[in-house]
Amino acid sequence: MITLAGVGVHYGPAAALAGVSGEVAAGEWLAVIGPNGAGKSTLLRCIAQLTRHEGRITIGGQPVTSLRRRALAQLVAYVPQVPVLPAEMTVADYVLLGRTPHIGYLRMETAGDRRICASLLARLDLAAMAGRALSTLSGGEAQRVVLARALAQQAPVLLLDEPTSALDLGRRVEALELIDTARRDRSLTVISAVHDLTLAGQFADRLLLLSGGQVVTSGPAAAVLREDVLGPHFGTAVQIVTGPDGALVVISRRDRGPLRPPAPGR
Amino acid sequence: MAVACAALAVAMLIGVSVGPAGLTLGQVAAALLVKLPWLPHLAVPPVAVIIVWQVRLPRVILGALVGAMLAGSGAAYQGVFHNPLADPYLLGVAAGGGLGATMIIVTGASATLLPPAAFAGAVVAVTLTYLLGSGTGRDANRTGGSAGAIVLAGVAVGTLLTAVQTYIQQEHSQSLQQIYSWILGGLSLASWSDVVLILPYAAVAAAVLIAHRRLLDVLRIGETEAASLGVDVTRLRLTIVAAATLAAAAAVAVAGLIGFVGLIVPHTVRLTAGASYRVVVPVSMIGGAAFLVLADVVARTVQAPAEVPIGVITAAIGAPFFLFVLRSRRAQQDLA
Repeated sequence: MITLAGVGVHYGPAAALAGVSGEVAAGEWLAVIGPNGAGKSTLLRCIAQLTRHEGRITIGGQPVTSLRRRALAQLVAYVPQVPVLPAEMTVADYVLLGRTPHIGYLRMETAGDRRICASLLARLDLAAMAGRALSTLSGGEAQRVVLARALAQQAPVLLLDEPTSALDLGRRVEALELIDTARRDRSLTVISAVHDLTLAGQFADRLLLLSGGQVVTSGPAAAVLREDVLGPHFGTAVQIVTGPDGALVVISRRDRGPLRPPAPGR
Repeated sequence: MAVACAALAVAMLIGVSVGPAGLTLGQVAAALLVKLPWLPHLAVPPVAVIIVWQVRLPRVILGALVGAMLAGSGAAYQGVFHNPLADPYLLGVAAGGGLGATMIIVTGASATLLPPAAFAGAVVAVTLTYLLGSGTGRDANRTGGSAGAIVLAGVAVGTLLTAVQTYIQQEHSQSLQQIYSWILGGLSLASWSDVVLILPYAAVAAAVLIAHRRLLDVLRIGETEAASLGVDVTRLRLTIVAAATLAAAAAVAVAGLIGFVGLIVPHTVRLTAGASYRVVVPVSMIGGAAFLVLADVVARTVQAPAEVPIGVITAAIGAPFFLFVLRSRRAQQDLA
């Protein structure tokens, strides 16, 4: 379980995040949504202790500030919005970096670390490209490789900052399915910042809407993906449509006044 | 690695075999072997033994140590600052060492004080840079300054110390030639005492840098992600900078300022043997040693009996290479 109490980040007088409190249950997938600049990435960086913050964050009852960096990395894996992929590094070497929290200072990887990474590469269908340089990967392949590195950390908490932002529609669903499978296989707690509200609603157990650094609301998709909830924060051009399977689809449209149903007989 | 070791062995053999005394290869080999306890009866002219053991060998070994230190610290600085153009003098080693050496030369103090003074100047300059730079900038790791802020502080400290050094130098124009010859660098005064002086620093620095080669690879994915993998980036950077500075300061203390070795050698290794620091750090050290020994052979033979400053030789090769690296796509892409 992750708890947040009064978490805030200030850059000078401006608050990037203010008074964020809440809980994330073990095994839950929480999607953090909100307009640009809402504080989604900042919140993830606070949990990963990559930015100074006020307030208190605990994981499994332990305050994160009391943990050494290496101990924290054994609990929390973090994937930034734009991961750095050194051009010449091979896929296998990159995924092996994920074992860093389990390797003693100045030690090298063991055969066990290599085994863990090899089985991950096989699970994520990456074994054939293990020897390829990162610069040769497509966006979708790179996304899977980055996820493999995060999973190699074997941390119970996975923080993903916009994991699908660089992907096309099909690859987005594919990437989120992969995360969902990994979550179920390993009972991971996932917190992800997501721009695609429709997919956030379909994959996450719960959505947390941030705006201006503050929590607006949180709850299941049906409670959060509503025009009256999203509208004030994303602008009026947000429309929610219920799909045939009951899934909520968030569409953005050009603001031309209220949408009228087509006239009968046409 | 094997190629680099072979290159170093060949370079060192050439280094001890070439010189104005005109010793034959056989004489050099015999002079080298005569010190072995089980080969005492080789017929070698005593003068050959003295030339090989007191003149050439210390110079070759010192050149190898200096080359290894410059190339190793260049590779480390490039890794820790994510900057393909970083060299061992990045954080003020050159300016600090230069100031220390100038002070000794202009005050007419004993020449034996020159290496320690240059060493102290270099270490003080980098310490100043680190203290000033690490208090500023946003950092991935909650404390300490950003790599960029430290590099900028290095530029400022270097400029300031160079200004002081230039002022002192102009005030003592009678020492100009001596100061310039130190600044251009060289191994012409190499002796066993120089080797003994820098060996402990070289050994510690080499051990620390090689031990951190895997962590230098972790830094390739950037400080934020390295921190998220449990690396204390601030401490790691401080440790590597300290070791690299020790190496560069030791080199400066006995050989003055020899440019481009710390730049050319690691980049050549990256282009030929791959960009992983597991390879770049140790192979750069061995390659740097071989390169400087050979550069020194060129320096003392092209205009024999006069010597061309070794910095001129390394720069003549290094400047075109520097432009090549600047234009190379790899320089921008690979050193993340």
